[in-house]
Parts: sequence; C-alpha cells; structure tokens
Amino acid sequence: MNYVIIGNSTAAVGCIEGIRAVDTKGKIVVISDEPHHTYGRPLISYMLLGKTDEEHMKYRPDDFYEKNKVDTILNTKVVSIDKDKKSVKLDNGKSVKYDKLLVATGSRPFVPPMEGLDKVEKSFNFMTLNDAKALEKAIDSNSNVLVIGAGLIGLKCVEGIVDKVKSVQVVDLANRILPSILDEKGSALVQKYLEDKKNIQFTLNDSVAEFTENTATLKSGKKIDFDVLVVAVGVRPNTELVSEIGGEVRKGIVVNTKSETSIPDIYAAGDCTVSHNIATDEDQIIAILPNAYLQGEAAGMNMAGEEKVFDNSVPMNAIGFFDYHIITAGAYTGDKYVVENGQEYKCLFTKDGYLNGFIMIGNVSKAGIYTALVRNKTPLSEVDFDLIKDSPQLMAMAKSYRDEKLGGAL
Amino acid sequence: MKKVWVNEEWCLGCHLCEYNCAYANSGIDDMVKALKGKTINPRIRIEEGDSINFAVQCRHCDDPICVKSCISGALSKTDGLITIDQSKCVGCYTCVMACPYGCIMPSEEGPMQKCELCTKNGCEPACVKGCPNNAIVYEER
Repeated sequence: MNYVIIGNSTAAVGCIEGIRAVDTKGKIVVISDEPHHTYGRPLISYMLLGKTDEEHMKYRPDDFYEKNKVDTILNTKVVSIDKDKKSVKLDNGKSVKYDKLLVATGSRPFVPPMEGLDKVEKSFNFMTLNDAKALEKAIDSNSNVLVIGAGLIGLKCVEGIVDKVKSVQVVDLANRILPSILDEKGSALVQKYLEDKKNIQFTLNDSVAEFTENTATLKSGKKIDFDVLVVAVGVRPNTELVSEIGGEVRKGIVVNTKSETSIPDIYAAGDCTVSHNIATDEDQIIAILPNAYLQGEAAGMNMAGEEKVFDNSVPMNAIGFFDYHIITAGAYTGDKYVVENGQEYKCLFTKDGYLNGFIMIGNVSKAGIYTALVRNKTPLSEVDFDLIKDSPQLMAMAKSYRDEKLGGAL
Repeated sequence: MKKVWVNEEWCLGCHLCEYNCAYANSGIDDMVKALKGKTINPRIRIEEGDSINFAVQCRHCDDPICVKSCISGALSKTDGLITIDQSKCVGCYTCVMACPYGCIMPSEEGPMQKCELCTKNGCEPACVKGCPNNAIVYEER
C-alpha cells in the first residue's frame, strides 16, 4: 500500500500514527512546502516569548520519520492531484503515486485588500515558523508594532513580542477581543488585563482605510504610527487541490466521520476541513490542534483498512497571556451559570440536559472535567450539577463512572 | 499494564498519598527537608466529600486525549505509560483543557506535571507504598 500525505503538521502526524497502528509495512510519503521537521505550529509565539526554541519545538522526536518508515519530500509543493491516475504532481515536475491520499494542507493567512499595504516594508503574517523568525529579526526594543486582528493568532503574537518592543497597538473590526472564544464579559476582562499589565492599546470597531510606509489611517480618521506591521485578521483553508478535481468543498473540504472526502481514496484532515460541531449541530471549520490530530488519526486508520470514526468534534481552546489563563469549549447557548470574582470568571452553558459549553478565565484548574462533559455529551441527569457547577470534580460523577475509571472494590 | 487504583470505600482522606507523592518527586532525600514549611503540589489529589474520599491521579488512558491534544509533543505514551518531557512543555494548558480527570497541573517551575507512576523516581508508586489503609493499590486489572 502506498500512502501519500500532503502536509507535515499535526493532522499529518496523526495520520502517520494512525496508519502505523494498523499497517507497519506500507510505504508512507509526506510532502510539505515547508522545509522543517514537523513542529508544533502554535509554539511560534512561545518561541518569541523565549519559552521554547527550534530544537524543542519539534512535534515528534528526531527519529520519528525513520522509526515510522516515512519518506519526506520537504520544501516542495503539490500543485495538483490526478484522481484517475491516482498521483500527485509536484512543483518540481515530478509525480508521486498513491493508493490512499491524505490532504492535510492547513490554512493560509487571509489578508484583506487594504489600500497602501504594499508600501509597508516591514509587514508580516504569523502562521509559520518562518513567519515568526522573520518577525523576530524585524523587531527590537525601539519598535512600535501595529497588529491588525485581536483574535487568537494576533493576541498570541502580541504576547510573544510585547516585552521585546517599545509599544504594541492592536486594531480590530470587531467590537471586542477574542470574539470567537469569549463572551462580552470575558472579552472585557482579558482586554483590561492586557491593557493594565502590558500597556497594550486596543482600537476596536475600526479598521485600516489606508497605509503609508509607517502610518495607518483608520476608517475613524485615527492615525497610528508604526515601525512593524503584523496582519492577523484570519485564515483561509487550503482547499484548492480538492476543489479543482471536483471534491466537495463548503468553506473547508467536506469530510465524513472517517475523514473521507467525496472522492474515493482521498482523505482530508485538520484546518483545511469542515467538521461537525456537536455542540451546535452545525458544520464549521474547527481549526484547533486536537481536532487536526484526531481527524488525521481517524484518516490514517481508515486508510490502512481499520474502521475508525471521529464524531465528537467541538471547538475547545486553551489560551493564556503571561500567567492569566483561559479555557473554553463548546457553544455558548442555553441557560447560563455565572461566577465572577475579580479577574476570575466562569460561565457554564446548559442546554437540553447537557453541558453545552463553558468559559473559564483566571482559575482553570481541572477544566478538562467540564470539557469531557461537553465532548461526551454526558447527560446532566447522571451528574450532581450543584456540586460540579462550583468546581470541576469527579465527586459529582456517578459512582459507577468513578468505579470504572478509578478502581472501586474488586 | 499495572496502574494505580483507588477504592473509595477505604480511602480515609488522610492526604498521606499527597505528601508521599510530593516527597518522592522532590528529588530530596530527607522527607523533612523536602516538605517542611512548604505548600505541597502533588500529582495525586484527594477529593473529599461528606461521606467518601478518594485519590485521583493520571489514569494512563488507553486513548489519551492529553497526548493527542498536546501542542508541543511534550506528552507521549510509551508501553502504556504517559510521561511529560518538561523541557518541551511551554505551559499552554491544553492538557488541562483536555484531561477528563483533572490530573495534569502546573509544576512550581512552570511546565506541567503529572503522575508518571514514580518511574522517574526509581521506586514503585510512593502513594501506594505509604497508604495506611491499602485504599490505593498498584496492580494489573
């Protein structure tokens, strides 16, 4: 069996480990347009922060490819898939044949058209290790940095650089920060923390009308001078290889719970796909690392002939700024249970007898117990909700659950 | 594989396992020097209730969502044992988000810590050895 994987990040690694759990012999080829050994992509902000380095960022050990008998073709782009001949064409003119193919092409930065952006000499995205290295080279203690985008990527970038530069300003079209994972109260708390702790200046409800080399004029008329620009407005999934050959794409590549696309023998996983969010019962792109791994793993096992279903995808995020941590999961609809205490905030959302989602800020201890309730759709009738709403604990679970998981009397 | 199991009927909630865990993982030979005057940060934690208590530590899951969620590859599973390479951990808390038992927590130094069945301490699990009521056992099931 010839397995070919386009991409070399989390979904690809999940796929390799999934294949090898079933098939130790088949040939695996990984093709990536990046030149690096697989690395933890969300670590790039921690590298700027000094909490890790290129060596420690390796997502799997140095001997990973060798041990798993994987051939790598790096620094090489796949330009097209021939689904009839079952081969992929590379940008160096060569082709690679497959029996089973995984498309794990991830996403790319979305840069909206902004007048004068081409005049900005020091303009960066923040997606890849090379982006982070380039940004690191461009900044110093005199830099005034403007970040467009107050989402997960933009603000992790801010955390990574704020202590290395003179000032950081953030502009976002939305009226609050981190709108994809927080409610209004949560956004306000985290914004205030970042303003107070690191003097980060936010301009919300606004966007850039025009750039000159070192100045952004916003729609409101406000002018911001800067030396270095980071554009982190959002991302777009890399779906073209599949859409060009008639595969179903709705925003992302459409896959089933076995990670199969609409084209035989072609699978997809990770940020380039749409997943079914069990908390909202809607299809959406869930661009988080655990989702990429689990989809990739399911793809790998199915490619190798063992049925594996990944069917409990939910958005879930852990993000922190310095020592201030945030953990969220699920959807924010239903009845709310709220606890506020200074910089600590917790909101639980219950709906139809389930914990449908939660936000924890400040104190995130044992958050995974809540996450499990959301992911497993545990009926709250089986849980002492009065106990567990105060703090995540196994004491609130059914005795039979504890006996099974922790031991119990033999 | 042998794992640590707790019988909640027998757990007294005495917290000795927490102290033995903190001592075993301190790297200090003298228990008094290791623990005196310190707030312990053990990898095994007692949950206390009105009528029952029980100790909880990493279940070394068959399908470990912590390992599959770890953004740095710091968490890994070998021969059934889930360990953490603290030199790779950046303290992102994704494992705290993922662990269904609440068994991964930050160490004093920053990176996450978890029960590794005392494999790095050169002994059988210290929590089990010191349990006065045999409520915690280390065995294959």
